[in-house]
Amino acid sequence: MKRAVAGLFSLLMLSNCARAPLGYLDGAGPAARSIASLGWGLLGISVAVCLITGALLVFSIFRRRSQTDGLGGGDDRSALRWIGVGLSITTVLLLASAVWTLWTVRGLSDTSRAAAVTIDVTGQQWWWEVRYRSDTPSREFSTANDLVIPAGVPVQLNLRSRDVVHSFWVPKLAGKMDMIPGQTNRIRIEADRPGIYRGQCSEFCGMQHAQMAFFVIALAPADFQTWWNHQLEPARSDPDAAAQQTFMEHCAACHAIRGLSAGGILGPNLSHFGSRRTIAAGILPNDSRNIALWLRDSQGVKPGSKMPELHLAANEVDTLTAYLEGLK
Amino acid sequence: MTIEAVQGLPANERRRLFDIWETAPGLYGWLATVDHKKIGIRYLCTAFFFLIVGGVEALTMRIQLAQPGLKLLSPEAYNQLFSMHGVTMIFLYALPMLSGFSNYLWPLLLGSRDMAFPRLNALSYWVYLFAGIFLYISFPLGQAPNGGWFNYVPNTELQYDPGINIDIYSLGLIFLGISTVVGSANFVVTLLRCRAPGMSVNRLPILVWGTLTASVANLLAVPAVSLACFLLWMDRRYYTHFYAISGGGQPLLWQHLFWVFGHPWVYALVLPGMGIVSDALPVFCRRPLVGYTLVAISTVSTMILGFGVWVHHMFATGLPIVALSFFSAASFVIAIPSAIAVFAWIATIWTGRPQFKTPFLFFAGFVLLFVIGGVSGFMTASVALDWQLTDTYFIVAHLHYVLLGINVFPVVGGIHFWFPKITGRMMDERLGKWTFWTMFVGFNLAFFPMHLIGLMGMPRRVYTYSAELGVGGYNLLISFGAFLFAAGILLLLINIIRSRTEGAVAGPNPWDAPTLEWSVSSPPPPYNFAVIPVIASRHPLWEDRLDETPDRSTIHRGLVLDEGKETVGITVLDAEPDVILKMPADSLLPLLAALGMMVIFSGMLFINYWVMAAGALWTGLVLLVWLAPRDHASTERPTVYG
Repeated sequence: MKRAVAGLFSLLMLSNCARAPLGYLDGAGPAARSIASLGWGLLGISVAVCLITGALLVFSIFRRRSQTDGLGGGDDRSALRWIGVGLSITTVLLLASAVWTLWTVRGLSDTSRAAAVTIDVTGQQWWWEVRYRSDTPSREFSTANDLVIPAGVPVQLNLRSRDVVHSFWVPKLAGKMDMIPGQTNRIRIEADRPGIYRGQCSEFCGMQHAQMAFFVIALAPADFQTWWNHQLEPARSDPDAAAQQTFMEHCAACHAIRGLSAGGILGPNLSHFGSRRTIAAGILPNDSRNIALWLRDSQGVKPGSKMPELHLAANEVDTLTAYLEGLK
Repeated sequence: MTIEAVQGLPANERRRLFDIWETAPGLYGWLATVDHKKIGIRYLCTAFFFLIVGGVEALTMRIQLAQPGLKLLSPEAYNQLFSMHGVTMIFLYALPMLSGFSNYLWPLLLGSRDMAFPRLNALSYWVYLFAGIFLYISFPLGQAPNGGWFNYVPNTELQYDPGINIDIYSLGLIFLGISTVVGSANFVVTLLRCRAPGMSVNRLPILVWGTLTASVANLLAVPAVSLACFLLWMDRRYYTHFYAISGGGQPLLWQHLFWVFGHPWVYALVLPGMGIVSDALPVFCRRPLVGYTLVAISTVSTMILGFGVWVHHMFATGLPIVALSFFSAASFVIAIPSAIAVFAWIATIWTGRPQFKTPFLFFAGFVLLFVIGGVSGFMTASVALDWQLTDTYFIVAHLHYVLLGINVFPVVGGIHFWFPKITGRMMDERLGKWTFWTMFVGFNLAFFPMHLIGLMGMPRRVYTYSAELGVGGYNLLISFGAFLFAAGILLLLINIIRSRTEGAVAGPNPWDAPTLEWSVSSPPPPYNFAVIPVIASRHPLWEDRLDETPDRSTIHRGLVLDEGKETVGITVLDAEPDVILKMPADSLLPLLAALGMMVIFSGMLFINYWVMAAGALWTGLVLLVWLAPRDHASTERPTVYG
């Protein structure tokens, strides 16, 4: 009875794990799902091995014995036979797990379905540049920290790094793939249904490795096309000359905005910034309070961030906040 | 007197040996000793000190991580702490602690009077101590290594890490590598030449197998990391481009060089620990180990396979699938020798009669932790699953079950087991049991939930995390467990300090154990054995009672070797007496050589050529004196006593 309760309890805990935003025992796409079933399988074997070996250990310690004081014990040959039995079971389990693993890898490497979109994702300290590729150069554009994809189709990602090693990870959709300077690693992700999936850098990349998150937003294919077309338009239809002036003075050296002569490439491209979910790579929800906070005190919010302290006047902060928020 | 009961040599003869072997009194003797027992104790104490330092670093981090978004530590401070925690525990605690046991025990286990190269042994300790100091000088400077113990490039290239943090790391590891390599060479030669006659390879204690295997591995693996660090230092200070892509370098080169060292190293940190259990657990089961030959073979084969699995640290780097599949399969296979050892331990307990003394608790607890750490390793061996598991707290859980489970628990059990031999007094049993249960419960509270938060996707090496991940509650529990575990270590420390003066007098063999070290007084005399024993089985002190063969070891009769500081050298395979080895007297040369190296490395740290040259000259002169020709061996007919 106790054991059943304990078993139920641990199962509940594990399904909790699966539901966590970065939990990968429950996949939301084909790749993550096939890894998740492998994970449950190996986890099951592991738990069983621990329970059986633990029980053997406890029983071997507490089993009843004839009371003698001498040295030595029993017949080694029968003990060795049991070791042989245990070893055979171990070997079979290992072999089966290896085959299952390789089978899964084979499935994951299958590229027979053509990718619907190709996206370059470039990791840098400590944010993600996202560039949508197209056969028509005029339809290409850049954004940051939000990776919008069409649901239900494979998406090809080319992963690169501009500085140190990062690792691209959206646990609900696929396993990790490192972003290594000087090479391009390719990975496919696919989301079954529209939804929002959390991502996280998972290779230590310096001071702010902890705060390098992002979101994958899967849209229905038609919505995705609309979104793409919208991204190609200038960010704002009602140009506010004063605000633009402030932006050009303080921000344009590092940031670009479509439709403006601001063309900096050191920081994220801010076209349509107002429609993004978060600020500073997934760490603050994108609202006017947080934009103002970030403009006033980037080093307090994210120490070491490449976004410098701007020493803006209060009215400049307000102007820029309103301007950035309006970039929908 | 106990010595007489155990060693049958007349008192005047023993006095003579004592005078020959005793370390000179006073400061000179303290600095110049080459006695393996004194050096072993120094290793143990220094490593224990670093365990406490690394533990305090861990506790500081656990306060920061107890809840999401805490701001106790700055990101830079946290990154320095987690890097130094890893460097300290892996390089300055785990292997030196095992070297301490092996240094103290090997000659006693093997029936020799010292290690093959006593002065090299002293050098190995001094270099370890100075390298530890070198690495820790960075703390007061506020520039401790901050790139993790794995120190991936290009994050640690000058461009991204302009301080001296990484120079201290790379030069410190090269410096420490000298200690490891000379220590390992010493173990290997000691095994080949300095066993008692009759101590053939099938009679070696498993601890000897473990340390031997680890030493051979270190000789092959440490040069890789020393080279990697040297290339990095050249990249940083002389603008070479081994790793920097701007000049055609390759960041993955670091990862290969580091892990081709790093993975065998992990096995070097656990195999001697497993050896401690394989030798000491049977004593508390009142029977020999089941499957000695299998366990010895599995020790060696683990290490051989251990050289073929390093890429499983690099599954997510985009290497070709065929290569990944090979390393994945190899990583599964390595579970087989480990399984042999687990089954052998359980069978030993099963067929034996367990005595619930403190060391037994640590060894039995270890078996469970070994299995848990083993199966989580089995899960990470799967390349596809590892793409999710890697760099999450699941790995943190796994590596701590492995390194604390298979290193710290056997080590603490071993401390309780050999403390009477080393000090002549027993440790307190009641306090010992409290220590075990506090450590065991604390350990599992601290590290088991890490599996769960790992499966929930909490990344490792982060100074803070978002409340949205839903792992705050678990992290609070983990931090609580970490402090409980630390309380266990504190109890251990109290027990050690109290028992050293107040413990019950142990006598030569308080546990009624079978191996040679228990045949001499506690603590052992400076010369270890009054006469060189001749060995006839794996259990010299249990032979009469086990009565497996008619042969008997002779412990009270044999070579005396009292013409000078001498021990016997044997032929490699058959362990036939071959030569009398003249052992060196106390010497300041090892300390002076280590000091010279410290000067060289300090010069390299600050790129001061004058200091480097002075250090090199100093070290060169010391080595010249060291290597001056002298008699090492004689084949004259020795005195036989009895």
